[in-house]
Amino acid sequence: MSGGQNIAISGDTIPELLIERGKAQPHRSAIREKDFGIWQSWTWEQVCAEVRAFACGLSEMGLARGDKVAILGDNRPRLYWAMAAVQSMGGVPVPVYQDAIADEVSYVLSHAEIRFAVLENQEQVDKVLSVRENSPALEGLIYTDPRGMRNYKMPFLHGFEDVVERGRKHDAAQANFFDGEVAKGKGSDLAIILYTSGTTGRPKGVMLSYDNIVITARNANRVENVREDEEVLAYLPMAWVGDHIFSYAQALIAGFTVSCPESSDTLMLDLRELGPTFFFAPPRVFENILTTVVVRMEDASALKRWMFTYFMEVARRSGTNILEGKPVPLGDRLLYAMGKVLVYGPLRNTLGFTRLRRAYTAGEAIGPETFNFYRSLGINLKQLYGQTEASVYVTIQPDNEVKLETVGKAAPDCEIKIADNGEVLYRSPGVFLGYYQNDDATAETKTADGWVHTGDAGVIDEDGHLKIIDRAKDVGRLANGTLFAPKYLENKLKFLPAIREAVAFGDGSDYATAMINIDIDAVGNWAERQGISYTNYIDLADHDKVYELVAGGIRDINANLAKDPNLAGSAIRRFLILHKELDADDGELTRTRKVRRGFIAERYGTLVDALYSNATSVTVEAAVVFEDGRKGKVKADLKIRNVDGPVVAEPLRKAG
Amino acid sequence: MTEISTAENTQPEARQLGGVLLKVDDISVSFGEVRALIGVSFDIREREILSIIGPNGAGKTTMLNLLNGVYSPDSGTIVFKGETRQRMRPHESASLGIARTFQNVALFRGMSTLDNIMTGRNLKMSHNIFTQGLYWGPARRQEIEQRAFVEQIIDFLEIEAIRRVPVGRLPYGLQKRVELGRALAAEPTLLLLDEPMAGMNTEEKEDMCRFIFDLNEEFGTTVALIEHDMGVVMDISDRVVVLDYGRKIADGSPDEVRASQAVIDAYLGVSHDET
Repeated sequence: MSGGQNIAISGDTIPELLIERGKAQPHRSAIREKDFGIWQSWTWEQVCAEVRAFACGLSEMGLARGDKVAILGDNRPRLYWAMAAVQSMGGVPVPVYQDAIADEVSYVLSHAEIRFAVLENQEQVDKVLSVRENSPALEGLIYTDPRGMRNYKMPFLHGFEDVVERGRKHDAAQANFFDGEVAKGKGSDLAIILYTSGTTGRPKGVMLSYDNIVITARNANRVENVREDEEVLAYLPMAWVGDHIFSYAQALIAGFTVSCPESSDTLMLDLRELGPTFFFAPPRVFENILTTVVVRMEDASALKRWMFTYFMEVARRSGTNILEGKPVPLGDRLLYAMGKVLVYGPLRNTLGFTRLRRAYTAGEAIGPETFNFYRSLGINLKQLYGQTEASVYVTIQPDNEVKLETVGKAAPDCEIKIADNGEVLYRSPGVFLGYYQNDDATAETKTADGWVHTGDAGVIDEDGHLKIIDRAKDVGRLANGTLFAPKYLENKLKFLPAIREAVAFGDGSDYATAMINIDIDAVGNWAERQGISYTNYIDLADHDKVYELVAGGIRDINANLAKDPNLAGSAIRRFLILHKELDADDGELTRTRKVRRGFIAERYGTLVDALYSNATSVTVEAAVVFEDGRKGKVKADLKIRNVDGPVVAEPLRKAG
Repeated sequence: MTEISTAENTQPEARQLGGVLLKVDDISVSFGEVRALIGVSFDIREREILSIIGPNGAGKTTMLNLLNGVYSPDSGTIVFKGETRQRMRPHESASLGIARTFQNVALFRGMSTLDNIMTGRNLKMSHNIFTQGLYWGPARRQEIEQRAFVEQIIDFLEIEAIRRVPVGRLPYGLQKRVELGRALAAEPTLLLLDEPMAGMNTEEKEDMCRFIFDLNEEFGTTVALIEHDMGVVMDISDRVVVLDYGRKIADGSPDEVRASQAVIDAYLGVSHDET
């Protein structure tokens, strides 16, 4: 696998780089989409033509320099072209999370004063139409998928093809217009506004310039040796900075091809078909994949199960060492090689991970089992740490220095320092310009000399790696002074296969407690094998045997905590299992699936009170929002259990 | 069940129904001593969605089998697209443009979704067993054309993810959707659906209703369906025909039928004299 020509291009803005790429390698595949069962692709030359036509069309419709254009939908080539088209005309694309509910979309539309919106399909069009009256600046809607749009006759609604057609005519009439507009762009111009979902309060619009994005992407390509022949599946939300950097900026600068999956249902199939070389997923996706593998192995024949268990043990012993080039005895090497043929190779192939050169994960801590599973199979899974405000990269783990507990060394040109209170700060060329229309928040986050407060507490270890402990403001203390880091506990809980999500409480209290979401797949499978029958999620979550299962897991965690004198006191004493999964639509998780602890503590206040009493059960009644936006109420009785024996307040003692 | 329409977003177009597509005239069918249908008459107009309802044993599936050509009437006639027929065989009805689904899902369980829907293109393919067996030249081109058409249906029914899955492994709701796909593959003028919502939860029913609306609107297909879920029937039908013990006891708009005393009696139960 050669690296290809790796032609370097030198523009400052995305549109300049796109035009250069189109001239340098007109016939290489730029982007693909699986549609009607086959992969359809466009070359750089074709992409440039589409972007040019759409841009001229938008301009003819009235798009002016500085105008904001919303982009709403799944990863589709036309939406990426729309972004580039808007940028080429000096406008600013504002992508929105495709599963955002109408209210959330409405907020972005009015806060960013959006003038035009490019929408994927009927569903998104309906969503925007339902809140259109809140955004008087919104002038035009453009949809890229005509299915179902037959009867929509509003004058402000246009099809993508129509705009492209108008654009072609406009371009033909004024051939220098497009190039002229592109030339007006500068590296310091605003390139995009990305609204962070945020764990508290309303989302904030992070403003990134072309310099932020291009310099960061160039640096990342260089330090990670990203080449022209990479294959990437564009499946992460376009509104997330990661997709923008990986699938848009880095792709353009390195010249590799990006592929859009057919639909969210076909993701695993498309991943397998494509065999990407470069992949990112949050830790829970890697965990879910591992759970699926383990669960499906339970159903396999005895021979296969034996092979899997035996060779995964071999991998556990030597796999990571082989991956990292460390010495391994010959006998083990031979066994590993056999394992490759029989187990690891086929397994990686089924998951679509055969060709992976690097798999990144970030956003949360990853469990030791999960981490070692992939690395022992020879998959170069490593961690990075970043934020939208940093144009992604703050730290990256180098290939030969991958560790479980850290998030890596500083990214190229990035400086890191730890404040007195333990908070991590950084400064880099990727640091954002500010929050749109929110100077107060900008001043709180970014200092005058360009250092950004991450809000995370961390330490730098002896190898120069950063280690994140918890959100700085969440690190608290129990009533007796013991350190209480809720995220740390939640991560340990979530690493139990039975638990999908957990929220820990304890700051200022006598002891730590937890609310649990069980993993329906893993626990359901376990229940079937135990001969436990259940009708649905609520029923299973309520079962005494499931409570015992979870209690057992918590006992193990507490034993582990007892080994560290700083944390021993924060053992979890009581817990309950929630009747429904925490959900972003109900505001309990962010769109990137992080728990919103404050919101949950408030909404389930009665549950928290009950956890700190002697009650053995509590009734919960909460409003929920269904996937189509309708509201409903759910009521349930939840059992509360002590982990072991009656609970006594910890006697007052000095923290160790 | 909630309203499916997005009426606030679309211009409400008056339902453009055409002339009479199919007319059933004084049909009677008996199986030995059992009189399944007695003197039933009704018609179906082009682009209409007609529901056939009635208590169990009323003769609904028998009526559908009749329209399909599986049974022949003992007396009475069927007029389809202007042509009067007394007897019709299933393959004749298929080539005339009538397609159907079955109450208990009659898919080829070992074949994939894609292959099952491809079988629906059977009558559109013109090559014989030899040219198809060799898979060469014209046969190959035709296969590609048919595959392209079937992919449109797969896209329409949103079943891309299960293209290659053997249908026997699919959940019941998805199997029914695949069967609908196979019926649509035949590009029918009249689509007969036998209890398409049976065994589905609310979300699946809403999806199925949306597909029925869409195919009626996009392809102009006339739909006759047997259904028990009154919510569905009232929401999506242009007209409702009610059968009871082999006789038609009501025929009109959903509102008219809902208010009809005869219908209420039939469902709630009133002592009948043997006739």
